[in-house]
Amino acid sequence: MTPEDDDPLARLQAALKSAPAPEAAAKAAALRLAEENFARLQGSRQPARPISDRPKRTGFLMGVTDMLKALTGKPLLAATTSAAALCLGLVVILPLADHLPLPGRGPGEGRVVEPAAPPVPETATPVLKTAPAPVAEVAGQASAPEPAKPRAGGDQPREKAVADAGATGAGADGARLALPEGALTEEAPAMDMAAEAPLARDEAAPEMELAAPAPAPQASAKRRAVAAAAPTSAAESFAMAEPVVAPQIPLSGTETYANAPANPVKVTAEEPVSTFSIDVDTASYAVVRSSLDAGMLPDPASVRVEEMINYFPYAYPAPEGDAAFRPTITVMPTPWNPGTRLVHIGIQGALPAIAERPPLNLVFLVDTSGSMMDSNKLPLLKQSLALMLPQLRPEDQVAIVAYAGSAGEVLAPTPAGERAKILAALDGLEAGGSTAGAEGIALAYQVARGMSAKGEVSRVLLATDGDFNVGIDDPEALKTYIAGQRKSGVYLSVLGFGRGNLDDATMQALAQNGNGTASYIDTLTEARKVLVDQLSGALFPIADNVKIQIEWNPAEVAEYRLIGYETRALRREDFNNDKVDAGDIGAGTSVTAIYEVTAPGSAAIKNSPLRYGTGEAAAPAAQDAGELGFLRLRSVAPGASTSTLQETPILPETEAPGEDARFAVAIAGFGQLLTGATYLGDWGWDQAIALAVSARGEDPYGYRAEAVTLMRLAQSLSAR
Amino acid sequence: MLMDTPDETLASAAAGGDGAAFAVLVRRHYDRIHGLAWRLSGNRADAEDLAQDICAALPVKLAHWRGEARFTTWLYRVVMNAAHDLRRRQAVRARAGQGWGDWEIARQDEIAAERAAQDWLTTAMARLSPELRDTVALVLGEELTQAEAGAVLGLSEGTIAWRMSEVKKRLRAMAAEEAR
Repeated sequence: MTPEDDDPLARLQAALKSAPAPEAAAKAAALRLAEENFARLQGSRQPARPISDRPKRTGFLMGVTDMLKALTGKPLLAATTSAAALCLGLVVILPLADHLPLPGRGPGEGRVVEPAAPPVPETATPVLKTAPAPVAEVAGQASAPEPAKPRAGGDQPREKAVADAGATGAGADGARLALPEGALTEEAPAMDMAAEAPLARDEAAPEMELAAPAPAPQASAKRRAVAAAAPTSAAESFAMAEPVVAPQIPLSGTETYANAPANPVKVTAEEPVSTFSIDVDTASYAVVRSSLDAGMLPDPASVRVEEMINYFPYAYPAPEGDAAFRPTITVMPTPWNPGTRLVHIGIQGALPAIAERPPLNLVFLVDTSGSMMDSNKLPLLKQSLALMLPQLRPEDQVAIVAYAGSAGEVLAPTPAGERAKILAALDGLEAGGSTAGAEGIALAYQVARGMSAKGEVSRVLLATDGDFNVGIDDPEALKTYIAGQRKSGVYLSVLGFGRGNLDDATMQALAQNGNGTASYIDTLTEARKVLVDQLSGALFPIADNVKIQIEWNPAEVAEYRLIGYETRALRREDFNNDKVDAGDIGAGTSVTAIYEVTAPGSAAIKNSPLRYGTGEAAAPAAQDAGELGFLRLRSVAPGASTSTLQETPILPETEAPGEDARFAVAIAGFGQLLTGATYLGDWGWDQAIALAVSARGEDPYGYRAEAVTLMRLAQSLSAR
Repeated sequence: MLMDTPDETLASAAAGGDGAAFAVLVRRHYDRIHGLAWRLSGNRADAEDLAQDICAALPVKLAHWRGEARFTTWLYRVVMNAAHDLRRRQAVRARAGQGWGDWEIARQDEIAAERAAQDWLTTAMARLSPELRDTVALVLGEELTQAEAGAVLGLSEGTIAWRMSEVKKRLRAMAAEEAR
């Protein structure tokens, strides 16, 4: 066995390094040509340089950032309506460019230099996408490539091409649009990509129209036939067609997680008020599961305890009357610390009668970048969305926007009843190319706004592996944009897929700012949970901006600690400020928060009293005897602008904790064990598992049983 | 003296119209251009054509040089884009040629001849998607770090790392098949 067999990369490298030496004659010819062109350029360069503010090399990212900033401006926001038309324009143009004569291959004839078209600055992309272009102007854009046409033929004098391409801004645009045919492109990847993607699609299926069902070349004809022949059962057969392989786990350091250090124990006398935003995301649990299933303990940064707790459905008492939700408070002894108590707060959202739900407009924004190729990404996504379709009603509408690989509006708004058409469009999505998530989001929002009518719910469902690799690196910029879009009433939810690229931080930032939820889908089962069983909760908001504020009573609670919610903390004054965004509750969903509190005088107090502190502050006047604290809940009804307040005292004597509360505590323990178990003392896996097992309850979907299995797995892995 | 001048200085001078600087620069880097072109295209004829195309276009490209990246990074990007354009043209040509049996047969012969010559490398590279080929050409062929390759391709370092692990996986699969 040679060392090369050991490392396949070494063998490939050796082979690649054996590049043949360039032929001397070819080299000399190329160098001569280069110098000639250089000399010629010196003579003609002055007029060919009209654009002085060419962006910096890093300009593409900057360009998108700028675009996003610009997009939040009112006039441009309105103007994005033309983007779809412009995308159509691109598709019209490219087939033309395709059929142009090919450049000659002989060294003499075809060797025309790329016309010195001044590169359109990267900001041209936003211009193209957002310019308030009436239809007539779109037509102008479409005809723009004509002047560049002769040059691709290869025998036009170079100066002619320069003149054509460089003359006007429109000419320059045209030249860039025609680039996929002839020119060497070095800059403006956005433009390149936008042009490239439709081209690729055109090659795959020349006669295909944008909105027409797009058969995927790799999909078996048989399966398509099934989909077409039996629309009702199509979803199932589609969904089951491709088995999902075991998840792959990435090299370390290739994923980004949103996290913050665990909440510390706080002294009530110093900081009596705890404020946070509720959170109905569940992504973290699925990420943890996928790590454990792959035989690895999850990265502690990927563990968000509150998301693990909120993953499970709990049967808290439903709200009565018109209330949007109802808090249920349970005080119980802490399993891991005899000196403290747990305050378990379960908030149950109302479940409006499903029959009366408003029509739903869904825009699937699908990442088709190259990294989505894996079977647990794009194929799983297709299966997941296919599973969801039967849940929709005929009056609902679905549109599909893809970014990267096959960019643009893949499916125009279509009634959900036309399942075969939607499935065909889904099937036609292919992975390839890099990701410009930002543009896709802008287009998806625009489509969603176009679909919404009064009384309908519009939502963008972004499905991605989270790698916005050439779009925007900075979650902040995307956040700003999405926060701006939130005002238009369109919700955004994020479905994360696959491992390796997973940019959990961006996903979370997007969902939090888009008034939506972030879920991570690693298996078809999880897709079922998120998109079928809990569809109404995932898609129909009943309360926006739900914030929780608890004021602890220093007479009863000396110290407290909020378990989880590190990334959702709010400032105290934010609670009453409706401008500060917070989490949203969907129909019928529940949210759980758990505090660990320590009574004054308990041996379990962590913080020693201050020597110079204000000792008397611990006994403010007019304490309502016995209250541990006071819970305030603020929420905004969907569509409303001001919040309503609900208040409930936290009493020390509550009903005995039910299975739901105890299971939530077991999961809180699970989450803390995965993140270092700072406060758990001797309480370990055995105790956590025993508690979870005893509180499994009815568990009709088996979620809790699965959690116990995962805890056992984690126990074995951490014992290694 | 020009022979010792750093690439970036030469490039800036050339962008300003200095013909001597340009001549030194393009001589210094022709082999590099050719090498990467060969790694990306997998055959000599395409590599030479590509290299010549790039040299011909380089004066215009250089006019946009702003010295914000290392010259080689910038140059790799130029080569990469040129290779992508070539691939696209070839895809179009392949489609146009479908009706012309002779042309297609000739092309198949050409492919067969090359396969015999390069054999393992060609098979290995054919196994990889174009994206993975680009990555491998930069990381293994040009020995760039993953961060540098990311800069050339406009991708994050993480994406490059992922791609390289993907390459490894496919090569292992291929080795397993060979062993059988």
